[in-house]
Amino acid sequence: MDIRLSGVSHSYDQFEVLRDISLEIPSGKIVCIVGPSGCGKSTLLRFIGGLEQPTKGEVLQIGNPPKDCLNPLTYIFQDFALLPWRSVRGNISLVLEDHGIRGARAEGIIADVLARTKLTEFHKALPKQLSGGMKQRVAIARALAVNPAVMLMDEPLSALDSQTRELLMDDLVNLWTRTPFTAVYVTHNLAEAVRLGHSIVVMSRRPGEIREVVHLETPLDQRHYGDSALEEKQKYLWQLMREEARAADAELVHV
Amino acid sequence: MSDLTPTTTGTAQARQVAFRGGGFAPASHRWIGVLVFILLVTLAELGTRQGWISPLTLPLPSDVLKTFGELYASGLLWAHMSVSLTRLFVGAVLGASLGVAVGVLIGLFSYVRAGLVPLTAALFPIPKIALLPLFVIWFGIDEGSKYALIAFGTFTPTVVATYGAVDNVDRSLIRMGQSFNLSWMSIVRKIVLPGAMPGILSGLRISLAIAIILLVAAEMLGAEYGIGAYILEAGSLYDLERLFAGVTILSLLGVTMSATIGLIERRLLNWRQ
Ligand SMILES: Nc1ncnc2c1ncn2[C@@H]1O[C@H](COP(=O)(O)OP(=O)(O)OP(=O)(O)O)[C@@H](O)[C@H]1O
Ligand SMILES: [Mg+2]
Repeated sequence: MDIRLSGVSHSYDQFEVLRDISLEIPSGKIVCIVGPSGCGKSTLLRFIGGLEQPTKGEVLQIGNPPKDCLNPLTYIFQDFALLPWRSVRGNISLVLEDHGIRGARAEGIIADVLARTKLTEFHKALPKQLSGGMKQRVAIARALAVNPAVMLMDEPLSALDSQTRELLMDDLVNLWTRTPFTAVYVTHNLAEAVRLGHSIVVMSRRPGEIREVVHLETPLDQRHYGDSALEEKQKYLWQLMREEARAADAELVHV
Repeated sequence: MSDLTPTTTGTAQARQVAFRGGGFAPASHRWIGVLVFILLVTLAELGTRQGWISPLTLPLPSDVLKTFGELYASGLLWAHMSVSLTRLFVGAVLGASLGVAVGVLIGLFSYVRAGLVPLTAALFPIPKIALLPLFVIWFGIDEGSKYALIAFGTFTPTVVATYGAVDNVDRSLIRMGQSFNLSWMSIVRKIVLPGAMPGILSGLRISLAIAIILLVAAEMLGAEYGIGAYILEAGSLYDLERLFAGVTILSLLGVTMSATIGLIERRLLNWRQ
């Protein structure tokens, strides 16, 4: 299942946030979206997942999601969004219960996603007992449980320290290499973008427009920490973003 | 500030960094409460026995205890308790459950909110005791008016606490529920209600204390039995021992209720930090 955005524009009252965004998200690829703060990245992601509607333009699903897919468009949130009163297992079963999946079938799915995110021993823990990185792994496990066609990730690693971020990036790469998934990955962090993105969409400052789409050909599992080719790309992206970021910053001061 | 500058002489004295992170962390010291209570009672007992508290102002605690024993032996204690507890239970359950239901509806639907929030604000400050005659006319002098008074008194604070609690449920969790296509019912049942539970329970603490206050008021009119009736009768006769025996029962009732809610909180809310 592909996603196509055509001519998406949006204003909150008189406040223009996004202008004429057209974008193709091909199946099985990770598309990263980078851009200065406040340019409308999160808003764009909410449109893709159907949590909000743009004032102009449309978001299209091309083709059908796979048969066993319970929730085609699935989010992973920056703040994890785990229910604090449910255990790790309970948080995952939450999203299965509504599809009538209980008992042995639910157990099977839960055991599988916990194993894939290396959380098997922690299935009884409450979120308050977990570190930030583990919480985000629970959120990833929860997303995997519904077998999404497209994962929508809004700065999923931003709340974590840089070591945990590295580890989780490796986890994501491993997950993708084993079974490629489609993802839209919003981030501030250019290093994350060049590690995980098959293509990187650079947005301008608000009102957000697409400035450039950068494609990376290196397979995900061959991109390593400190890779010089990746650093070149990262530098290039930084050049693109620098003036936007500076201008966006200055604008905020004037408001 | 000179002692903060690094010294090269090696003679600078080393001191422990002063600890200033104490307090503001509720810890359980239940025995202190019991101790304070025992201390006060002992003081009253000593004072009245030795004469520096006049027996007109305060009855002898041991006499109160004796009165209490007589009340128990005569079987009247249970007669008073059973009717009072029934009234309290029926009234509080009615008021609190209606209050939670209305509070949740206010929290969930903006039309209900627009319609009912001003009404609750108007009802809240009415001293419910003043309405007792009205309730007697509406619901009869028997149990009906007593249930109604207690229910009405617990209803308004429960509503206010509940819709505040629902408003405070983390919106991002609700968003999460929607993003996983949970049904509306599931979101309410599995996200909104558990998320509002801390606020609802602390509201319930206040509501139930109000229910006990109103129990006494309700038994002012047309009650033969009941703790409230017992206290009011003792009061009008200036029988301080019986008055205090009754008041003690009410206090114990309050402590028991508060402890019960505390127990429920520990059970239900162990997920909090
Ligand atoms: N519900 C809303 N009502 C009004 N304005 C909003 C709303 N949501 C977002 N905005 C505004 O729209 C702009 C874009 O917000 P958005 O959260 O999409 O930015 P972002 O690119 O995700 O920023 P960041 O990088 O800081 O997360 C911001 O200026 C924000 O103030
Ligand atoms: Mg954002």
